[in-house]
Amino acid sequence: MADMKETILAVRGLKVNFSTPDGTVEAVKGIDLDVRSGETLAVVGESGSGKSQTMMGIMGLLANNGTVNGSARYRGQELVGLPPKALNQVRGSKITMIFQEPMTSLDPLYTIGRQIAEPIVHHRGGTFRQARKRVLELLELVGIPEPGRRIDSYPHELSGGQRQRVMIAMALANEPDLLIADEPTTALDVTIQAQILDLLKSLQKRFGMAIVLITHDLGIVKHFAERVAVMRRGEVVEQGKTADIFERPQADYTKMLLAAEPSGRKAPPADSAPIILEGRDVCVDYQIGGGLFRGGTSVFRAVDSVNLRLKEGQTIGVVGESGSGKSTLGRALLRLLPSSGHYRFGTTDISGFDRGQMRPLRRTLQLVFQDPYGSLSPRRTVGEIITEGLYVHEPELSRADRDRRAIEALKEVGLDPASRNRYPHEFSGGQRQRIAIARAMILKPKVVILDEPTSALDRSVQGQVIELLRDLQRKHGLSYIFISHDLSVVKAMSDYVIVMKNGKIVEEGHTDAIFEAPKQPYTKTLIGAAFNV
Amino acid sequence: MISFILRRLASAVPTLFIVVTISFFLMRFAPGGPFNLERPLPPQTMANLMKTYQLDQPLWRQYVHYLSNAVTGDFGPSYIYKDNNVAELIGKGLPYSMELGFYALLLAVIGGVTAGTIAALRQNSVLDFAIMSVSTIGVTVPNFVVGPVLTLVFAIVLAWLPAGGWGDGSLRFLILPMIALALPQLAVFARLTRGSMIEALHTDHIRTAKAYGLPSRTVVVTHAMRGAMLPVVSYLAPCAAALLTGSAVVETIFTIPGVGRYFVLGAINRDYTLVMGTVILVAIFVIVFNLLVDILYGLLDPRVRHD
Amino acid sequence: MTDIVQTPVATPETKGRSLFQLAAMRFRRNRAAMAGCFMLALIALFSFLGPLFVPHTYDQVFPSYVSIGPSLEPRPDTSTLQDVMEGVATRARVTLKEFNVEGQTFTATVTSEQPIDARATRYFDRANEFRDTQVVATEDDGRTLKVTGQVDREYFPFGTDSNGRDLLVRVMLGGQISIAVGLLASLVSLGIGVVYGATSGYIGGRVDNVMMRLVEILYSLPFVFLVVVLVVFFGRSFILIFLVIGAVEWLDMARIVRGQTLALKRREFVGAAQALGLTDWQIIRRHIIPNTIGPVIVFVTVVVPKVILLESFLSFLGLGVQAPLTSWGALISEGANNIQSAPWLLIFPAIFFVVTLFSLNFVGDGLRDALDPKDR
Repeated sequence: MADMKETILAVRGLKVNFSTPDGTVEAVKGIDLDVRSGETLAVVGESGSGKSQTMMGIMGLLANNGTVNGSARYRGQELVGLPPKALNQVRGSKITMIFQEPMTSLDPLYTIGRQIAEPIVHHRGGTFRQARKRVLELLELVGIPEPGRRIDSYPHELSGGQRQRVMIAMALANEPDLLIADEPTTALDVTIQAQILDLLKSLQKRFGMAIVLITHDLGIVKHFAERVAVMRRGEVVEQGKTADIFERPQADYTKMLLAAEPSGRKAPPADSAPIILEGRDVCVDYQIGGGLFRGGTSVFRAVDSVNLRLKEGQTIGVVGESGSGKSTLGRALLRLLPSSGHYRFGTTDISGFDRGQMRPLRRTLQLVFQDPYGSLSPRRTVGEIITEGLYVHEPELSRADRDRRAIEALKEVGLDPASRNRYPHEFSGGQRQRIAIARAMILKPKVVILDEPTSALDRSVQGQVIELLRDLQRKHGLSYIFISHDLSVVKAMSDYVIVMKNGKIVEEGHTDAIFEAPKQPYTKTLIGAAFNV
Repeated sequence: MISFILRRLASAVPTLFIVVTISFFLMRFAPGGPFNLERPLPPQTMANLMKTYQLDQPLWRQYVHYLSNAVTGDFGPSYIYKDNNVAELIGKGLPYSMELGFYALLLAVIGGVTAGTIAALRQNSVLDFAIMSVSTIGVTVPNFVVGPVLTLVFAIVLAWLPAGGWGDGSLRFLILPMIALALPQLAVFARLTRGSMIEALHTDHIRTAKAYGLPSRTVVVTHAMRGAMLPVVSYLAPCAAALLTGSAVVETIFTIPGVGRYFVLGAINRDYTLVMGTVILVAIFVIVFNLLVDILYGLLDPRVRHD
Repeated sequence: MTDIVQTPVATPETKGRSLFQLAAMRFRRNRAAMAGCFMLALIALFSFLGPLFVPHTYDQVFPSYVSIGPSLEPRPDTSTLQDVMEGVATRARVTLKEFNVEGQTFTATVTSEQPIDARATRYFDRANEFRDTQVVATEDDGRTLKVTGQVDREYFPFGTDSNGRDLLVRVMLGGQISIAVGLLASLVSLGIGVVYGATSGYIGGRVDNVMMRLVEILYSLPFVFLVVVLVVFFGRSFILIFLVIGAVEWLDMARIVRGQTLALKRREFVGAAQALGLTDWQIIRRHIIPNTIGPVIVFVTVVVPKVILLESFLSFLGLGVQAPLTSWGALISEGANNIQSAPWLLIFPAIFFVVTLFSLNFVGDGLRDALDPKDR
């Protein structure tokens, strides 16, 4: 049925090149795409697949060193090579866009009302005063509460989700034919993600525009798009109806992407397993504001009376949205930031331990961070990075011994031992995360706190890192605290789950119980948002 | 807003106080005094002079004395310009310095921002290269080189303009010192504008504006320029304070009767009160312009709230 | 970006390229910066080794050559020598018949009505220009004398100043002082700034607040005033001058290092180091300092010209190094005062000064581009 519809955007042989000091980079290598009136096409690919650059190229938004070739016809009108004046007749009127970062995509210096009005005034004429009524309607439409008051707000006064709604209002202002949404929900929390996608869907029903959804997240695509195009390294490897792609993927890459959805379960440890790490009444307070000559500091409680008991061999998943205090909890358990409460490691009470007293315990309590780009010091070699802990905890080791340990550790995480002479910037995100894991594992720890270890990685890489973590756990009998906002990963990794909101535990229980029969409405929303979109 | 201004002014008091205190004691603890000339004065004369200017009293008493007088606007007598007190000297010189400084500031801001914007919009073009080369000259060549060279070329070789002096205060007399004073600042403004403009043009919200088909003039003027002006506005405060309080070098080269020369002369001659007077003058200018710029900043950037 | 396909190709022998090596490569590709480096090297060689190849010293006064213009011809030129010789002859009461200069020697033939006393050569030596005059031949019963001797011919390619000193050597000396002050004062400011900024940033909290408040207060002291006061009151020796300039210039450095430290403290690799149990000092040494080096180096290239400018500014006001020592700033000031009568006094030191500052500027820009983290 969809085939009967008129094609409004026909892309043929589109190429995007970037000239860099190291030569030309081909970001998009001659792709064909069709967007039909009123449909939703999802363009799926991992980072660097060229999915965003395709749309940027068509819209004339490439960086200065980028060039676009080939053809992209909007209702017969060639867009590639169109002079800016003519292109501006289409952009913002017939074809509109929303972007990944609602934080930065709006001009911080103007009110949202004015920014939404700008394309209206520009494309339809009239004054800002006249456009105000329409802006109010639009704000109402995208579900901004109290539009009359919010219209004069500045972007920084809104939440991330609200800003994305403002962007959508702006996109709808001139009732476009085609809306390009470039990773519209990636920067948002899961529950907000779902709301934004629902909003887009309902608006599409109402106005009948076509949507091109650019995303790395296959989970979104399944329920949102009629057709899918899978991109990899600047090429379209497969395109077709969503159901076909999901049920009968043709290309190996698509199959791998689908398989990369984390799967499997972790069996809980024996009931008799001893408790290795315990925190009771964990509270963390942050001071806000205040200075030497300014009074009036306020206290923000990031973690509020949390109790947690980690058994040997157990993985506790801590889930929650940004600002829920889950990362802070992890740091507090490792005694890395000032906190109150009682802490026990094995049989030792470590509540009052200072840094010096904690130091010998550090080798058994390790931490792996989310951002593999930030967690490795850029000026040290991989070898130096992973053996750093040995300097502290096994200072008696000779250089050769340390080197041997580095080789072992790198092999264990599946990296070439020769990598130890290279520098972090020479590795991909997944490889860097392996290096970070090697740094923790070289000390042979008992407990590892994993703070969003897979969130910055592409899906396919994510699966491999999860496999690696599971392997290491089995081999060394490790206990994990797995902090993540990604419920599908938590479901696959942990046997016990804690759901956090605003610093408090909302609900906790065995993984199956939580995922199959959540009791609290918040947990239900989270799970619904993550699995039912 | 008013409470913000009042609070800022109130917090300026301790700052001024500390500045005055540091300067006062720094000078007094250093060797030498205003009357230790190359040929020593007879002891009796010296003693009389010290008594006249109350320099024979204990230091803390002099300090208290100075402070209590300064609060009432009495900054004491000058030791070298015996006919005038410090307030009069500054009162006489300041209008000259400020007039010259104002023109120079105007030239620097307008010229610099225009040149920087053009360079940013035509990034890596010949025009950009030319503007940046000239501004490199402006930044690197100090005004005590620019001043004499300007004099050599325009006053001596070409004889178009007078070599120095205030004359009747007409523009002819002001052009050369104004250029010498403005050039380094103009260059700073040009570089600053170019840098922040290029950065602004690469922001996500500029991409949004382009994606919505806004004409490039609107994109540049309403969206890029306003954001790019923020660092420029920040630099306005130290720049204005420096230009309006006179430059020792430029006023010396072009024999302008401003206040810029005073603190160099004062310091060399250990004219304690004159130096203190100029220090307080500069500090007040810095504080006031910082405040003005912060207010302006708050008007430009809604994320900054003064309440 | 996929791990499966990206098996590391490195063999055990291959070494990775560190960020510094990458930066060095980028720097070498920057032609303006390399030219700047080259010019700086030339100027440093000129200033520090140049004096070895010039026979004059910086305080040597040539009373015969006060304020003469630059010229590649030796001084005095032949016609001047002729005039001088005629003057000498008049004083010796003889008549000059013939006068020749070849290189550094002259020959002259003088006659008189009476036989000439050989001691008349004293008159020749008494002139600055001639020495070692000897009689080579006596003719006409001693009424004609052929004498020969050495001519003191001097080269002043840059001319001389109003005291009759060789400007070339003065410019070289000025370069030595300016460059030395620039480097040493920058080192002083670097030392104070890095320690102060890193301490303030790393400790944070109340200590940071107090330390930064102090910096703010020092900022609001008119900065030139501080230098002038310090220089005037504590003397004007070379060492004090760079100490004083360094002591005033560290404020920016401290702010930059503090900012860097604060940013680094929040970076996850510092958190990772804490989780590994490293002590504060180990973290500062192994993680903070190596990562602040880039911006600090860039900033030093900004400080060096600033310090040179400041020193020149002081010299211009007559507060710099004391005569007969000099610096470019002092020379420029002298030139500015004699701009009508002797413009070369301004032009030569100004050229060297400006070229140095330009080169430093290009080198600084090149380093900034090469080390810019955004470029990674």
